[in-house]
Amino acid sequence: MRLIGQAILLALTMQLTVSAFADDAEDNDIYAEFLEDGNPAEFSEINGEELWKTKAGPNNVSLEQCDLGKGPGVVEGAYVELPRYFSDVNKVMDLEQRLIHCRMTLQGLTQEEATKQPFSKPGKASDIEPLVAYITAASKGMKMAVKLEHPMEKEAYEIGKKLFFHRAGSHDFGCVTCHSADNKRIRLQNLPNLLDKKQAQKVYATWPAYRLSQGEVRSMQHRLRSCIRQQRFPNPKYASDAITALTMYLAKSADGAVYAAPAIKR
Amino acid sequence: MKKLMVLIATIAAAGCSSSTVEKDYDAEVVRLINSDFKSKGSVQIEKFVQQDEVQKLCSQDGELSQDALASIRDSQMKTVKYPADDQYLGDWEKGIKIANNGKGGQFSDKPGSVSGGNCFGCHQITKEEVAFGTMGPSLYQYGKLRGNSKEIYQYTWAKIYNAQASIACSNMPRFGHAGILTEEQIKDLMALLLDPESPTNK
Ligand code: HEC
Ligand code: HEC
Repeated sequence: MRLIGQAILLALTMQLTVSAFADDAEDNDIYAEFLEDGNPAEFSEINGEELWKTKAGPNNVSLEQCDLGKGPGVVEGAYVELPRYFSDVNKVMDLEQRLIHCRMTLQGLTQEEATKQPFSKPGKASDIEPLVAYITAASKGMKMAVKLEHPMEKEAYEIGKKLFFHRAGSHDFGCVTCHSADNKRIRLQNLPNLLDKKQAQKVYATWPAYRLSQGEVRSMQHRLRSCIRQQRFPNPKYASDAITALTMYLAKSADGAVYAAPAIKR
Repeated sequence: MKKLMVLIATIAAAGCSSSTVEKDYDAEVVRLINSDFKSKGSVQIEKFVQQDEVQKLCSQDGELSQDALASIRDSQMKTVKYPADDQYLGDWEKGIKIANNGKGGQFSDKPGSVSGGNCFGCHQITKEEVAFGTMGPSLYQYGKLRGNSKEIYQYTWAKIYNAQASIACSNMPRFGHAGILTEEQIKDLMALLLDPESPTNK
């Protein structure tokens, strides 16, 4: 608890210091300098490791036997190969889908319990965000290497790509509207061109991120949900196959990037 | 999913080459939108599944032919409704508020709330508003540079009403055609861009 208090305090101080720069073209690089003094996401990572190792649920077991794709209990390097096909469920899953699966099958939680608080709100902390921070941090320094070997992986990628280009709804927006040109911005927010390999790599390798504007570690699920809202699309279900497909497309676009998250962002 | 696997297995067993297993990813996209999104208020899933002709064409990865682009422009030009009273300019002060308002169409919006145009999201328009985006061209001094001819009025009205009447697959929303903005709101935005007294032209 004291750790979390410190994290919030640190975040607030940093937010004040940083906001003056927030509109700079290289804003995320400016945040990167703060990393030397510590990223509040580290508190989340520690918290997440504890959650991973703590016995919980009706079965009173920890998540330590969860198979994230590299065998039961292997956390290191798991994230850079996700999303991936899992034969035990005959399906492609992203990290959060897999985590929910483990919470249900190992710990015995119901789906509702396992997905209850995917994103923290003031006064309502999420277990999933710190777990995601812990697991992703264990891939730091490794190269993004989503495989696309299994037909279902290939299929998820192709569907994700289609979804990326899918323009619809009241505003005719698709991901492609906001993320297919260099050096554009909405208001003062820079829009990465996700069709450009370098930019896609830089973006993907820095999620999840501790968001200064929100004072929380946010996952890719959360980032995409905000974009989908701005896109005027309907509300996406948490940890659904549609989001996994989009994530697969983005992860593959970032192939070869040196993974560097949880990062720190606006 | 299961059906697909069975299909693949059957085809593989029959010894067909894998290239015959052309999957219909469009159908999968429709299936996933239906299963993985929730309608809320004015944001209904059907609108995302049933793209109109223009949205379908503009969702392709790759360039469209000149003919296809021209036919989009033609069809979209036909949708433009000019003001019935032939009055194009409303109140630029109201126009600024509409240009600043990004509400409307989001699943987080209260149903029935008035939508804005969020023009500043994509355009520089006045000197005073510095938090402007760059997805579209700067419109600062728009009226001063373009003049006040009926032609310019009609071009600008059509652009706001249906941006694709002049540029197929434009990233700018079709504000009038899609019913995001009312005729009165468009008049106020016209005044923001074209009234000589508007800060746009100072
Ligand atoms: C209406 C505009 C809009 C649409 C449509 C949109 N985004 Fe975004 N996107 C943004 C903005 C604004 C940001 C935030 C940039 C910032 O924080 O500086 C962003 C950020 C992102 C980021 C993180 C970038 C980073 O630097 O960390 C990713 C990844 C992303 N979007 C993916 C998508 C995907 C996938 C879709 C479609 C499902 C999508 N976006 C649709 C506007 C949009
Ligand atoms: C999501 C981005 C976006 C939004 C929001 C947007 N525009 Fe645009 N706008 C563009 C783009 C891109 C162009 C250039 C392509 C075109 O003309 O369609 C453009 C072009 C224009 C032009 C034509 C400029 C010229 O030189 O001919 C006008 C006028 C205009 N916009 C007005 C508006 C107004 C008024 C609003 C708000 C109601 C608005 N725009 C909102 C993206 C946007």
